Amino acid sequence: MIQFLYRRILYMIPTVFLVSVVTFAIIQLPPGDYLDTLAAELADSGGLDEGTRQALADQYGLGQPMWIQYLKWMRGILFHWDFGISFEKNVPVNDLIWDRLGWTFGISVLTLLFIWMTALPIGIYSAVKKYSVGDYVATFLGFIGLAVPNFLLALVMMYVAFKYFGQSVGGLVSPEYLDQPWSWAKFVDLLKHIWMPIVVVGTSGAAALIRIMRANLLDELYRPYVVTARAKGMSEFQLLLRYPVRVALNPFISTIGWILPTLVSGEIIVAVVMNLPTTGPLLLRALLVQDMYLAGSLILIVSLLTVLGTLISDLLLAWIDPRIRYQ
Amino acid sequence: MSTVELSHESPESAVAAPILLGPWALMWRKFKRHRLAYVSLWLVGFVYLLALFGNFFAPEAHDETNRRGIFVPPQGIHFFHDAGQGAQFVLHADALRMKVDQSTMRRSYEVREGEIVPLGFFVRGHEYELLGLWKVDRHFFGPKDPEDVVYFFGSDRLGRDILSRIIIGTQISMSIGLVGVAVSLIIGVSLGGISGYYGGWIDNVIQRIIEFLRSIPTIPLWMGLAAAIPLGWPPLRTYFIVTLIVSMIGWTSLAREVRGKFLSLRNEDFITAARLDGLSDWEVIRKHMVPSFSSHIIASLTLAVPLMILAETSLSFLGIGLQPPIVSWGTLLKEAQNIRTIIEAPWLLVAPGSMIVFAVLALNFLGDGLRDAADPHAN
Repeated sequence: MIQFLYRRILYMIPTVFLVSVVTFAIIQLPPGDYLDTLAAELADSGGLDEGTRQALADQYGLGQPMWIQYLKWMRGILFHWDFGISFEKNVPVNDLIWDRLGWTFGISVLTLLFIWMTALPIGIYSAVKKYSVGDYVATFLGFIGLAVPNFLLALVMMYVAFKYFGQSVGGLVSPEYLDQPWSWAKFVDLLKHIWMPIVVVGTSGAAALIRIMRANLLDELYRPYVVTARAKGMSEFQLLLRYPVRVALNPFISTIGWILPTLVSGEIIVAVVMNLPTTGPLLLRALLVQDMYLAGSLILIVSLLTVLGTLISDLLLAWIDPRIRYQ
Repeated sequence: MSTVELSHESPESAVAAPILLGPWALMWRKFKRHRLAYVSLWLVGFVYLLALFGNFFAPEAHDETNRRGIFVPPQGIHFFHDAGQGAQFVLHADALRMKVDQSTMRRSYEVREGEIVPLGFFVRGHEYELLGLWKVDRHFFGPKDPEDVVYFFGSDRLGRDILSRIIIGTQISMSIGLVGVAVSLIIGVSLGGISGYYGGWIDNVIQRIIEFLRSIPTIPLWMGLAAAIPLGWPPLRTYFIVTLIVSMIGWTSLAREVRGKFLSLRNEDFITAARLDGLSDWEVIRKHMVPSFSSHIIASLTLAVPLMILAETSLSFLGIGLQPPIVSWGTLLKEAQNIRTIIEAPWLLVAPGSMIVFAVLALNFLGDGLRDAADPHAN
């Protein structure tokens, strides 16, 4: 187990390195840099004069070759925990991102729980009552869940919530609580809002997992060991949960690996639509105005945390299923 | 008695006409039994037909603005009209008049009593080029008088016809799915094939790359790539780059599947036999391995098309994919981006949204049916 852990962590190092390089390459891709965006924005009020431009370029190190900029950025992160500064807002990236990253991952983890809580019982039900009305309904809803893009579902739910329930939409808390300290009332208000992004982001994942659970359980249900247990007089419910479900449960853990990245991706799009205080809107804005350290840091950290989540799921899986450890 | 006679006859006829079907014919037979998938095949065909003859099916020119038809709600088709001498069968829509409430500046539309807009099939309308070859002005369905405008799915903030825009958008959205799949097919099959056929360190490197791409959330990365597209680029180039970005999403899973197939086939007896017969690597792959899993690949490809369509829609919706003069389902939905617009004009969301869901569902069912049909072990 220790050796497995050791090897898995060792594998992470090149991945993390690649992520940082790819991220930096991508944020450098757009022709021009933030100063061009700034110059374009200032064009109405006289424009950016050459002296100021040069001073700013020196200050941010924008004129240097790409690899030097990359090394400087990395050095700042590794040795000083300094992710650079946001050009547009002129504050350190550190001040902007952590709250939002917390929300993004909070919502992603809650969504994962939501997916498990819905997919497990529905998947078991569809497999046990194969071809029943409930099974068809679940299958149909599953297909719809896969076919509706996240942002569309978000828009529809916002519309329904606004039109028929009169709920304030967008954001995680009602406007009146925005600048207030945390209180019980604010927490309740948060609960009233947060379920919507969770359901929206989780639907497609839940749909996929229901199908996987159903297929796996169907493979197990007719195995001889199930027949044996039944012949020995075990109650049907106890039998189901104790043996086949436990075997079929493996993919639930192994799918964290690919569900987590898609959840984070989905959350980012949904956050833009629902105007959540998470990384999505900040990242989109940063990409559009070429605020490269902000965009880069967001992509980098989101990717890193996802890789970390995958690592945890691998460890969990190895702990539960000894066969995997020795491969 | 009759049962005895029957049993006499049936073995003879069975012997007389042995049914010999090739693998593709067997697959087709199995596929046809899958009702939902079979219907979906027709639906998908219909959507591509819409795309191919877009201007023929679109009642209006998709970019024609109309100042007196802003945010018109969807208009219904009526069948009977009473012009004084009893109700008669006339396909028509109501004639509308725009009313502006001066105090709130809100627009509303009222029906002009007694006036109708007659509708018909194969009517004259704006001129277009059919398949880029012939100049034609006939349209499948629409108002009989070319001067009239009817908005079956409503109109947008510039008075453009949503139905026509959806139909024209089909061309871009559905073709991005196809082209994107073609690109991921090339990358996925070549990398997956190399990985599975040769194994060893090449396999290791390719697998690590795939694992890397799958372990990071892709949307932020593709968002970065898409945001890098300069706004001033010509539409065709933007379209091409967005397709490339979108195809990046699909190739990893395809490469994995191809690799798995290669690995399992590599040790099959018939492959060993072919190799012992002196066939080169390339010939073994082309003549024996690819045919044995091509049906499976086709099924996976069909399932990848909807993913690409969804990716394009999401990127365009965020405003970093295709840009407005290009009409795609994503750019149409971009019009319905904020809740206030949706409340004023829900059809801006509902019409393109249902079209996306419809197309994606049909493609998913089709892919599922193909996959079941392609699997020789499924019963």
